[in-house]
Amino acid sequence: MAYSDKVVDHYQHPRNMGSMNQSAPDVGTGIVGAPECGDVMKLQIQVDNDNRIIDAKFKTFGCGSAIASSSLATEWVKGRTLDQALQIRNTEIVNELALPPVKIHCSVLAEDAVRAAIADVKKKRERAEADTEAVGTK
Amino acid sequence: MRVVYLDNNATTPVDPRVLEAMLPYYREHFGNAASRNHRYGWIAEEAVDKAREQVAKVIGASNKEIIWTSGATEGNNTAILGVARMYVEKGKHIVTCKIEHKAVIDPCKFLETQGYDVTWLDPDQTGRVSVNQVRQAIREDTILVSLMFANNEIGTIHPIPEIGSLCKEKGVLFHTDATQAFGKIPIDVEAMGIDLLTMSAHKIYGPKGAGAVYVRRRKPRVRLQPIIYGGGHERGIRSGTLNVPGVVGCGAAAEIALQEMPTESVRIAGLRDRLWAGLNEQLSDITMNGHPEHRLPNTLNVSFLYIEGESLMMGISDIAVSSGSACTSASLEPSYVLKGLGLGEDLAHSSIRFSLGRFTTQEDIDYTIDQVVEAVNHLREMSPLYEMAQAGVDLSTVEWQRH
Repeated sequence: MAYSDKVVDHYQHPRNMGSMNQSAPDVGTGIVGAPECGDVMKLQIQVDNDNRIIDAKFKTFGCGSAIASSSLATEWVKGRTLDQALQIRNTEIVNELALPPVKIHCSVLAEDAVRAAIADVKKKRERAEADTEAVGTK
Repeated sequence: MRVVYLDNNATTPVDPRVLEAMLPYYREHFGNAASRNHRYGWIAEEAVDKAREQVAKVIGASNKEIIWTSGATEGNNTAILGVARMYVEKGKHIVTCKIEHKAVIDPCKFLETQGYDVTWLDPDQTGRVSVNQVRQAIREDTILVSLMFANNEIGTIHPIPEIGSLCKEKGVLFHTDATQAFGKIPIDVEAMGIDLLTMSAHKIYGPKGAGAVYVRRRKPRVRLQPIIYGGGHERGIRSGTLNVPGVVGCGAAAEIALQEMPTESVRIAGLRDRLWAGLNEQLSDITMNGHPEHRLPNTLNVSFLYIEGESLMMGISDIAVSSGSACTSASLEPSYVLKGLGLGEDLAHSSIRFSLGRFTTQEDIDYTIDQVVEAVNHLREMSPLYEMAQAGVDLSTVEWQRH
């Protein structure tokens, strides 16, 4: 089982590797996986007022396929709205990276990371709205 | 582009001298060693006898005590199943260890399904089992203790002579899987109280598909029920036409290993230490797995914290090594050996085994150090765990969202 060229490419030239300010109100952070499983992905998105993802960053502890899956995910979410990003399926990642069956779970984790980041920013916004409403009713 | 092979515990290249010794037995001397009635057979038999002597000499045994096999897996099965079935009236208890090779674990697990009782000793954090542990485990009905001479993943060497001595005292047969130790470090079956020993040719620059099991003939005379029937070759213990070229290769490899052991083991240990020192100088947060002193001269197993083993291997793709990471195993389970040391599964996922060999050079090591350091730094930049650790987070307290 040799590594696919695309997977190697993402390892050597990761897209959007890095971190955003986790406490910023327009940033959603998804951290999925666990060290004892051998896979941890942190995926972050920055969202504008039109619910569009204007930037994304990732950091991953995991095998080449896991790194590539999360790197690819940050490429794909950029420019999408939150709802569009929710449509990204792990099977698309599998196809794009030519992942063998034994590595499919890496793509699933990347999909989970995207969803977790989206859920995080949505939760922040709901809380912010609730706060402003509360202020408004005073 | 340089290609470096540091996976000698997985297998070794065939030494050109071994190949030379083997070739005639594929060409003009193709006889069956059991053909008693013509020159073709006699020449083959002579070569086989010489190889027996060559292997026996490495461990201080008699050539009559060497039984040819297809390798260590067969050798371990022959010894363990052979003793279990032969001595079943005497007892049905076996003592072994949790971090043995699968070729020992699986036959023992099979025996458990056949009504045998197996005690699985826990090694300490360096991978060693103590004599006391073995002493406490031995019972009235114990018929076999099987403990590997040196571990294939971490290189740790058990206190073999002391365990052998204990087994003699208790009248229990002692088998050791010496696949990784044979030809690398001195072995003396008499002095060490060993009754059965497994070796494999392809770990000592010999061909794959050949090996031997040592079966003691005196004090005591060990008897085995065969696992392969059909003609009674090898004292009835292992039927089947001998793989003459393989046997010749095994013998030649053994002889070379014995001759070169004094200088080679020192040279290779020096390179291994150079590798560890080089990595340690330039990288923080790395740990060595295994015993720092009681270990093979060629094996270095390192955990690189905060990064995962398979991605590291991809980052040093022109260097052949192996990893205890789950991602590198067909079963997606992390190394049970590293897990068995009780150090935490994440160490297994971050581990790399470097196993040096006869053809490893200093240039290889220096190149490896550079490549590993570069790849580790690159991966740590990408690692959320490294980021958290740098920020002072205690990773053991984090609640992970497993999936």
